[in-house]
Amino acid sequence: MIELENVSKIFQDGTVAVQDVSFQVEEGELCVLLGPSGCGKTTTMKMINRLVSISKGRILVNGMDIYDFQDTELRRQIGYAIQEVGLFPHMTVGENIEVVPELRGWAKNKRRDRAAMLLEMVKLPPEFIDRYPKELSGGQRQRIGVARALGADPEVLLMDEPFGAIDPITRVDLQNEFLKIQQDIRKTIVFVTHDIYEAIKMGDKIALMNRGELVQFDTPFNILFQPSDSFVSSFVGRDRALKGLQLIKGKEVMREVELSIGASETVEELKGRLSPDQIRDELPVVGKDGKFLGFIDLNKAQGGKVQDHLTHTEAASNMDIVLDEALSVMLSGERNVLALLDHESRLQGLLAFSDIQRALSEADQWRDSL
Amino acid sequence: MSRKVVILTFLAVLLAITVWVTGKGKIGVYTTFSWEQIMVCSWQHLKMVVVAVVIGTLIGVPLGVLVTRPGFTGLTIPVIGGANIGQTIPSLAVIAIMAPILGFGFQSAIVALVIYGLLPIVRNSYTSIKNIDPAIIEAAKGMGMSRGQIARRIELPLARPVIMTGIRVSTVISVGTAELAVLVGGAGLGKITLTGVFARETLIILQGAAPTAAMAIILGYILETVEDWMTPRGVKIER
Repeated sequence: MIELENVSKIFQDGTVAVQDVSFQVEEGELCVLLGPSGCGKTTTMKMINRLVSISKGRILVNGMDIYDFQDTELRRQIGYAIQEVGLFPHMTVGENIEVVPELRGWAKNKRRDRAAMLLEMVKLPPEFIDRYPKELSGGQRQRIGVARALGADPEVLLMDEPFGAIDPITRVDLQNEFLKIQQDIRKTIVFVTHDIYEAIKMGDKIALMNRGELVQFDTPFNILFQPSDSFVSSFVGRDRALKGLQLIKGKEVMREVELSIGASETVEELKGRLSPDQIRDELPVVGKDGKFLGFIDLNKAQGGKVQDHLTHTEAASNMDIVLDEALSVMLSGERNVLALLDHESRLQGLLAFSDIQRALSEADQWRDSL
Repeated sequence: MSRKVVILTFLAVLLAITVWVTGKGKIGVYTTFSWEQIMVCSWQHLKMVVVAVVIGTLIGVPLGVLVTRPGFTGLTIPVIGGANIGQTIPSLAVIAIMAPILGFGFQSAIVALVIYGLLPIVRNSYTSIKNIDPAIIEAAKGMGMSRGQIARRIELPLARPVIMTGIRVSTVISVGTAELAVLVGGAGLGKITLTGVFARETLIILQGAAPTAAMAIILGYILETVEDWMTPRGVKIER
């Protein structure tokens, strides 16, 4: 747990960079420090590992005042990842990841095992352990940066725009993978970004800052739909309902499958069995084990078995998909229905474009009623 | 590989010139220098260069590194500027100024060579540290390395090859400048070259100049090898 109590930073020239900021990051939570450039978010983060000294107030990490430690001792217990990554070019990937474990005096083989494990965690092949940073792509380096921050398995992690310097597609991949990792490792994280989308996606909590002050500390949902003042609402922007789509998962708004069709049935048999209003153009087809196979258009299908008429076999997604991603899948595939599946590809529900619209308007109404 | 061939060809040509001129024995009214004299002069020359570069390194590296340290950055401009001035003054003038101040002899020659060769060492030592990506230092600090650990594990290995380049450049410059040392009572191959100049005998000039050039090439090549050996593997990779 990280606690900031009335923390201020006043630089020697009198500039107040951070003023009277207090908030808590609970254990296992990811807190995003968000705000325009120069708002004091990075300074606030750097005070936690004492890269910047505190002028007033105090910070506790796991109940201990950070000034009870030597600064190097403190930093070795807090993972640190930055936008520019800052990998050491003369060290191999493995040596880079092993830096903090080595500083903390871990034995050689324990360090090596840890490095190999972390490489696997960030989805890089094991032979990368002996490569040099210059041999890697930007995205791969960012992954190593995250792995290195987790090197000595710290409970607390500070991340300063860790996915900032890479192309948007790789960034989305890294964000998703990191969220998955975080579900397992449950670190207490302070994550700095200026990107509202990233903040909504990554944060359990968002601390929104402006001009050195904490403007609102809240869940992403409340930041979007219950902004505390006009700065917050203008910062999150007019299309906040769209951003809100990132907060809702497909399984929360999907509709139940009224009618699913077995693949081995013949089309004529099926048509005979169904009432006329059930004969539609988009009915989901499942195998014997409940796995989704595709859709069938009963208005067009004639003769043969159901499995001979499968269409749109790719119009499916995991039910954990967030609505804005579901929307982009629909738009890119020109589909208005997606099949939502569980981890074993079994059909769990259907998500139609109208379901997303409904979720959007509900969020909007909810906001208007405030 | 082709670079090696070029260097070896050059050396062979220079050696051939020296052998040819020395073998002639007499040119007009003048006697050529003997092998023994050439050897003595080369040895003196080498000694001056090595002593000057060692002193230059002992002064220049700490000085160049010092002005990158917090608290000493105010000295950057005077130090780099001072070293710059040392090199802007023509080498002949630097050497000439030393004679009245320190008297004629080896020590004046050394002081002049040090002053003249200091700039590449100071400047490279300074930039070797300055050019390290600040993100690397920030990461090292944020991960809990102490100042000493950052200096030893990060800055030194990354700065080493650049500092070595400075020492190499300084050495090659000093081999040339040391030709003039004879003017202030030093010794070296300049004695042969200048004799040739005063006698207006091109071949005798060559008898001093060819071994000097050979020495510059050999020392440069040796130091380049050292430099390569000092460069960490991960830094050498080109992508």
